[in-house]
Amino acid sequence: MDARRAPRAVIDPIVRKVGFFTPPDPIPFEFSPSANSLSPVMIPPPRHSSENHDINSRPSVTSPSGDETIAVSGSCNSILSELFPAPMLPAQSPKIGNGDGGGIVASSFPRGGFDLTVVKASGGVPVCKLTTVSVVNADSFAIDEREKPNKGGGSTMEGKDQAMNSKQKKDKSSKAERRALQEAQRAAKAAAKAEGNKASGTATSVNVKSAKAVKAPQKVDNTSVGASEKKGGDRPSEKDRKKDVPHPRMQYDDKSRVEKAKRRAVVNQTEARNRVELFRHLPQYEHGSQLPDLEAKFFQLDPVHPSVYKVGLQYLSGDISGGNARCIAMLQAFQDAIRDYTVPSEKTLVRDLTAKISSYVSFLIECRPLSISMGNAIRFLKSQIAKLPLTLSESESKSSLQSDIENFIYEKIILADKAIVEHAVTKIRDGDVLLTYGSSSAVEMILLHAYELGKQFRVVVVDSRPRLRGKLLLRRLVEKGLSCTYTHINAVSYIMQEVTRVFLGASSVLSNGTVYSGVGTACVAMVAHSFHVPVIVCCEAFKFHERVQLDSICSNELGDPDAISKVSGREDVNDLDAWANTENLQLLNLIYDATPSDYVSMIVTDYGMIPPTSVPVVVRKYSREQVWI
Amino acid sequence: MESEAPTMENNPKISAYYQTRLAHFGVVSTEWLAQAQSATNPLLSSSTDSDTDKDTNFSVIDEFNRWRSHPDLAEAVAAIRALAAVISSSKASTMMQLEIELKNASDTLKAWDTTSISLTAASDLFMRYVTRTSALEFEDFNSAKSRLIERADKFGEISYKARKIIAMLSQDFIFDGCTILVHGFSRVVFEVLKLAAHNKKRFRVFCTEGRPDRTGLRLSHELAKLDVPVKLVIDSAVAYTMDEVDMVIVGADGVVESGGIINMMGTYQIALVAKSMNKPVYVAAESYKFARHYPLDQKDLVPAIRPVDFGVPIPLKVDVECSARDYTPPQYLTLLFTDLGVLTPSVVSDELIQLYL
Repeated sequence: MDARRAPRAVIDPIVRKVGFFTPPDPIPFEFSPSANSLSPVMIPPPRHSSENHDINSRPSVTSPSGDETIAVSGSCNSILSELFPAPMLPAQSPKIGNGDGGGIVASSFPRGGFDLTVVKASGGVPVCKLTTVSVVNADSFAIDEREKPNKGGGSTMEGKDQAMNSKQKKDKSSKAERRALQEAQRAAKAAAKAEGNKASGTATSVNVKSAKAVKAPQKVDNTSVGASEKKGGDRPSEKDRKKDVPHPRMQYDDKSRVEKAKRRAVVNQTEARNRVELFRHLPQYEHGSQLPDLEAKFFQLDPVHPSVYKVGLQYLSGDISGGNARCIAMLQAFQDAIRDYTVPSEKTLVRDLTAKISSYVSFLIECRPLSISMGNAIRFLKSQIAKLPLTLSESESKSSLQSDIENFIYEKIILADKAIVEHAVTKIRDGDVLLTYGSSSAVEMILLHAYELGKQFRVVVVDSRPRLRGKLLLRRLVEKGLSCTYTHINAVSYIMQEVTRVFLGASSVLSNGTVYSGVGTACVAMVAHSFHVPVIVCCEAFKFHERVQLDSICSNELGDPDAISKVSGREDVNDLDAWANTENLQLLNLIYDATPSDYVSMIVTDYGMIPPTSVPVVVRKYSREQVWI
Repeated sequence: MESEAPTMENNPKISAYYQTRLAHFGVVSTEWLAQAQSATNPLLSSSTDSDTDKDTNFSVIDEFNRWRSHPDLAEAVAAIRALAAVISSSKASTMMQLEIELKNASDTLKAWDTTSISLTAASDLFMRYVTRTSALEFEDFNSAKSRLIERADKFGEISYKARKIIAMLSQDFIFDGCTILVHGFSRVVFEVLKLAAHNKKRFRVFCTEGRPDRTGLRLSHELAKLDVPVKLVIDSAVAYTMDEVDMVIVGADGVVESGGIINMMGTYQIALVAKSMNKPVYVAAESYKFARHYPLDQKDLVPAIRPVDFGVPIPLKVDVECSARDYTPPQYLTLLFTDLGVLTPSVVSDELIQLYL
């Protein structure tokens, strides 16, 4: 964890409203009604001038001229509505000044405008379009100072805003900026002592600090924005590279980290609109906007190997989906990357290659968050790299790594699947009615193998929107000649009466026996349990994880909300086309859910059939095996 | 009984395991016993046929039967002792040969009664235990062999003493004034109760009849000899008496990977009633009974048939449920008393994984 991270958690829960809610009563501002007012989250967003930049490239929605930043909130970025004192937020009113909102808000914006111009001047289209937020912080901070006298209702929030802003400011400053800040402070203190009759000494120093800080970070930020070519920007970029990979389960409601991640981002993701409050800690981006962008950049992006790039694009577009497929594709891309890799001079292979893999991983994360199996595979790869003896030559190391990856894929996925199939077919008897949900590669193999063995059974495939992956499974099964039934998940309690066994796949199984799988799996498992139908989960051992998750909320993945609002093939169903404009409507498209272990009868792995309570034993054994490899 | 005879011949062979138990503990009608014996005769002859293939006079089945005739000895322990005898009387000269011989012997034993879980489990465990030793690293075959014999004997000893260990461990759970419900006649449970009586604990026992074996009668007889207050209840009266009961202790024919048990028919029923009335269900089972099965429901077991004597002739058109045992899922069991300690059902799988993987 970042030691500099401010303990925001202390302040947040007091005011954060979690869950679905209607926006509070309208506040008499003349801001555009179409502006998003998602969050009565009282955390004052650090103003983010990068968003300005993005938004300026789009037609601004409404709002008075000069208030480009308000327009920001009117357009696609919900984060912005947080970032800026959005019109509908009553909490922000003390900040903005009751009845004086226009004026003070506007007063902040010229600075924003200044930032914009500065940013624009700094260079065409840098790889990373986002500037640091410290600039913005300075603004809000300055405003805070001005607001100090009118602490109205919500003074706690304001105090918190202030504290947080100052902390955020500190977070975002890099070393150079902080040094500049320190200098400024010393100078200010000296000045303050000299003057000696300010209203509050701290206010002065703070003001001065803010003033100085504004200038210093701006300078530094511009350079860093300029793709770290200038010397002044070298330090932040180097630091960034050191902490290259964001924590894989980064909480996306932590502004400082989001901004840091954005600075490094290769893929230009835009935040989605109308985000559900409960899932604010998960990343949600507008889908479909990055693909052309990335395709255009294909030949420009040196840091990312073309195979990795290709795989990332395939993830983004949804061409590759399914735990095993994604994992294998990623590992094969890494194989290519390692094959083409050469150690730069004065660097050790181990460290440099690890850093390179980490950068690829962060690129892939930006395209689509990692699944747990991919995380395990990456950990394996990194441990193999770390274990390379230093005496090996570069080509030997590379070939050893490539064969390691090859073995991993073969043993942990292909052979494991064979073992799983062998174990699981013993549980299929003649006359069985087997139900499966979605499309799992392991379950498909089991069903086909059982059919080849001549067992008499029929299959019920349960499917659900929006991905409708069951259709693919259905097609493949019917081609081979199995007798199948197809239904949607809303009929699962109806069809469960006929079912004798339920076979489910899993994206991962956690240490407490919780099965983490595609959304809807928990529903099917619970219905099966209530009908006393045994639920068999088929999962390779490399997908097990020592983490524990109690609900589906704390860690998940958010998909494209537009997929929910549109029904493919039914153009007449278009009631939700304008959902983004509706303030009190949020669409939630979860990708995963967690099934508690009580509903799972048995887990079939390559180690055999185990009860859900024995997962930690397998995880322990598995990690021990890794050490021996 | 003529009406029964045709049904008997149509059925697959009777589980020999239950015949043994019957012979030892049950109260049976002589007619049934005669039929049972006639049914088993082909079995014995087949086993001797296979043994004539062997060069030596040694036959593992004979050895097994010799041990098994002891009423106190668990079948699995008899198997273990027989397999240990195989090693000591083996004429093999290399380790591989010895292992092959052992494997053959173990397969023969398993084939003798395919329905007995503890037999299969014990044989497998024995093989793993013995062949996993570091003794195999020894260059000298003879010393390795003696090491193997040593381990085999030790395993036999442990298994034999398992009951004593279990009895000791379970003493803490029997408190003064408690009422225990037992089902049928399990030698392990009897050992537990015997030791408790010996330790001057004051408790009383409700003993189910245990149809169709009616082994409960034998148990009540034994317990009465120990001056333990015993009450016989018919199987249907379990729910009726469950209010007064403090705990249920049952044995097991086999403990499966999920942590559930396979035991005499009626155990599942008792466990269900006990669970719904919040009474703890304790299982006393030796560790060699841990088997690598994983039944999902009652029908998932290898069927073990045992004929039911209703005392009156049954018309041919009427079908009789003849299964001898049922499966109790782990959620109805509280604790397992084993020679490895007092365990929760989920530990069974951990132990099996450690042993087999």
